[in-house]
Formats: sequence, structure tokens, C-alpha cells
Amino acid sequence: MSIRNFTYLEPKTLKEALSMHAEHGTKSNILAGGTDLLIKLRHHSIQPDFIIGLNSIPKIDYIKLQDGELAIGTMAKLSAIVENTEIINHFPALAHAASVTATVQIRNMGTLIGNICNASPSADNATPLLVYDAKVVILNNVENREINLDKFFTGPGKTVLEQGEIVKEFLIPIPSKLTGSSYQKVSTRSKVDIAGVCVSALISLDKDGKITKARIALGAVAPTPIRVYKAEEILIGKIPGIEIFSEAAKIAKEESSPISDMRSSADYRKAMVEVLTLRALNESLESAKKK
Amino acid sequence: MISVSEKFYFYYFYHVFKHYFSIQQIGIMSKVKVTLKVNGDLYEAAVNQSKTLVEVLREDLQLVGTKIGCQTGDCGACTILLNGKSVCSCLTLAIEAQNKEITTIEGIAKSGEELHIIQEAFVNEGAIQCGYCTPGMVMSAKHLLDKNTTPTELEIRQALSGNLCRCTGYARIVKAVQVASEKINQSVTEK
Ligand code: FES
Ligand code: FES
Repeated sequence: MSIRNFTYLEPKTLKEALSMHAEHGTKSNILAGGTDLLIKLRHHSIQPDFIIGLNSIPKIDYIKLQDGELAIGTMAKLSAIVENTEIINHFPALAHAASVTATVQIRNMGTLIGNICNASPSADNATPLLVYDAKVVILNNVENREINLDKFFTGPGKTVLEQGEIVKEFLIPIPSKLTGSSYQKVSTRSKVDIAGVCVSALISLDKDGKITKARIALGAVAPTPIRVYKAEEILIGKIPGIEIFSEAAKIAKEESSPISDMRSSADYRKAMVEVLTLRALNESLESAKKK
Repeated sequence: MISVSEKFYFYYFYHVFKHYFSIQQIGIMSKVKVTLKVNGDLYEAAVNQSKTLVEVLREDLQLVGTKIGCQTGDCGACTILLNGKSVCSCLTLAIEAQNKEITTIEGIAKSGEELHIIQEAFVNEGAIQCGYCTPGMVMSAKHLLDKNTTPTELEIRQALSGNLCRCTGYARIVKAVQVASEKINQSVTEK
């Protein structure tokens, strides 16, 4: 099946892209890395008259530290996320997740922000971004807005993004010193496949070794990537250990609501949530202690 | 009244320019001219804006070394290098690939005659059966060895995990990449 013909528009700034998107409305789609969009075009699940390619806009693929935050630009490729030293140092779970997203070729093409905007329930990179409290900076023609990532997803393939809006960047606060984090995943075609289940965790300790901050996020076990607030809460103020971690992992399992599909059965997914949550918490603790 | 000579001119102009008019008409149906730099050579083609790079390489430029498999980014048969990075040419629009260095399987050997070290290793190690996956495999291997001339077996397997082969069972392909990496290192130390 060949792709239905369209007109390719090539804005030179994000502002220009926004006004093109506003002008052509639902008849237009934004093209960043193209790894998801081209498949949709090929299967005719979308049939736009205009494609707005962000490829020629200069300097929007940045990954940079500013005011205690890491800013990731809209065209930053997954392969750049994997190799960036700031991300490896401060956000190892994100570097790990990006490194096991799809294949070498897809990582060389696909963008982190595109991966998140497609809002697949299993999006590999959503769970680490959730535990790092990432914020989404959204551009539109009226006024820009900022929203926390845990409020960004609204359903499978759905986000709060409205017609005509474009995500400019993600802002991720640098975690405090005694913080560790981890990403865990199971899938069938080893690293290549979309995650069957994935879990990220983050633990911050105070000087006495008590937990001051905890984050647990699950992918592919609910309509959207989710945080498990209940499990996070019971960890706060506690001395970390196998018992309290197991309890948190049980809650994570209960809070998940997976479906059965070609990748895994619901029961298997639930069981894996518990196992992976425990692993992620243990690994987070280990790396928090090392710092 | 139109005179005989005027009639002649109409007729004359019509025939001289009809080819031109028909090209123009296709142009109105949103074909555009794309200029692609493939293996160092510049090519021009008038194509639909929706055409993917692999379609243009094969259908318009007759560079049929690059293969089409799934067209969804899963099999890697269409792998090429874009500014030195391996990408799926089935998920890249030709129009987006302008002003970039495109390298295909046809362009990796120094001359058209001999083979690249990686190609040679694939032949010698029996890493080719039907050969359909081979161009993509070789391009992925090149992408790896350009960055890392001493990859471990695991690194080779990871680097090739975006390329599917239905024939060989991969063992010989991995071996071929190992042999190629040794050869590359030898030729570096000899110099
Ligand atoms: S044809 Fe491009 S990845 Fe299969
Ligand atoms: S040799 Fe036949 S697909 Fe690989």
C-alpha cells in the first residue's frame, strides 16, 4: 500500500510550524523522527493533506543543563539521549530506557518527545521521565503552557495536547545527591520489541538513610503509563529494606490493570509488575547509597 | 480568420512543447524535484512528496541494492546511512533526505569492482544465503565498525538486532562481522 500523496511543508522556526499547523488544522500532521508517523501514513490510519516537517528547524535538538534542570529539545534523537553524559550521570534510568527502545536504526531517527507524544501505554521512555518529575513545555498560538508529565497522558494514544499544539521541550529537575534510580523491562523480542511490562523507580535518601522521596512508575499495564502514588507514599520516612520494598511492590501489582494481548497475558504482566518493581527499588537503593 | 501559416505555428508549437506541458501537469499534482547526494554523486528526480527514500532509490535512481521488506521499520532490509548514521530508508521521506550524505550498499566499496572488507567477510564466512537481508546487515555492521572497531560478540548482536534474517540463524553473520573487525584493525596497524 503506498502512502497517499500530500504536500510537504518545511518551516524554518517552531513559530512558523505552529502557524502552519493552525492554518491547516486537522488536515496536517507534524513530522519529527517519522518512525511512528510514516507507519500510520503507510497503513492509511491517518490521511493528512499536509505534513509539517520539523527537520529543517535549526537548534531544536538540544540536550542542555540550565538552572538546575535538564532541557531536552523537541528534535533530540533517542540515540543522543543514550550517549549524553549529563543524562547518563543524572538520569541513568532514562539513558537505559532509551538504549533499549526499538533498534539502532529507529533510535537514530526517532525523537524522545515523539515517543512520548504518541502516548503508547508501553512507551519505553515514559516511566523514567515520570519518576524524574519531567515537565512538558507546550507551545500554541495563544500562550505557552507547562504541565507535569503525570498529567500529560489521558488514554491509549491520547494526551492533553490540543489541535495545533507542539511540544517544545521537556524540563527535568536534577535529582538531589543521595538519589538512585532504575529502569526494568521484559519483552519478547529481547531489546527490540515494545515493552511487555516496564517499571521505573527512584529513591532519595537523607543523611540518616531514611527515604525522603520515592517514585514508582509502570508502563504497559494500564491505559497510560502511570505513577503508583500509594506505593510511593508508604516508603516515605522509612528505612529502606526488603520488607517495605516488597509491600510497595505488592501495591504496584494491585494498582496495575493490564490487558492480555499478543505480547503477554494480563496475569503474567501483573506478576511481572511485582518482580520488576522490587528489582527497580533495590537497584535504586544500591545506586543511591553509592552517591 | 487564422491564416495557414498561423495554423502551422500552432501545430508546430503544440508538438514541440506538448512534452513540456504534460510534465507541468504532473507538477501541479504536487510532484517535486528532489536532489539527493548518494554515495557522493548528485541525483535529481521528480517525485511525489509522499515517496520514501527507499522507493526513490530503487524506482527513480535504479539503485536497487537497498531492499524493501516490511516498510514498518522492523526488518532492517532498507538500512542505509544518513550522515553516517544507520536509518530505515522506508521510514524516511526522500524530500527530507536532501542536503544530507546518503550512503547505500552500492557506495561502500572503494571502486565498483572490489568488495568492502565487510562484504568480503560476509562472502567468505558463508553469512549470505538468499541474500535479501545482506545489504541491510552490511550497512548496520558498517555503522557499528565506524564507531567501534573492536566490538564484543554482544555488541555485534545488539548492533544487528534491528536486522532480521530468515535464513542463516545469525551465527555466521556475527562471525563475519568479527572477521571484518579483525581485518580492519590489521589494516590500521599495517599502516
Ligand atoms: S523495509 Fe524498512 S525496516 Fe523493513
Ligand atoms: S540470507 Fe536470507 S534473509 Fe538473511
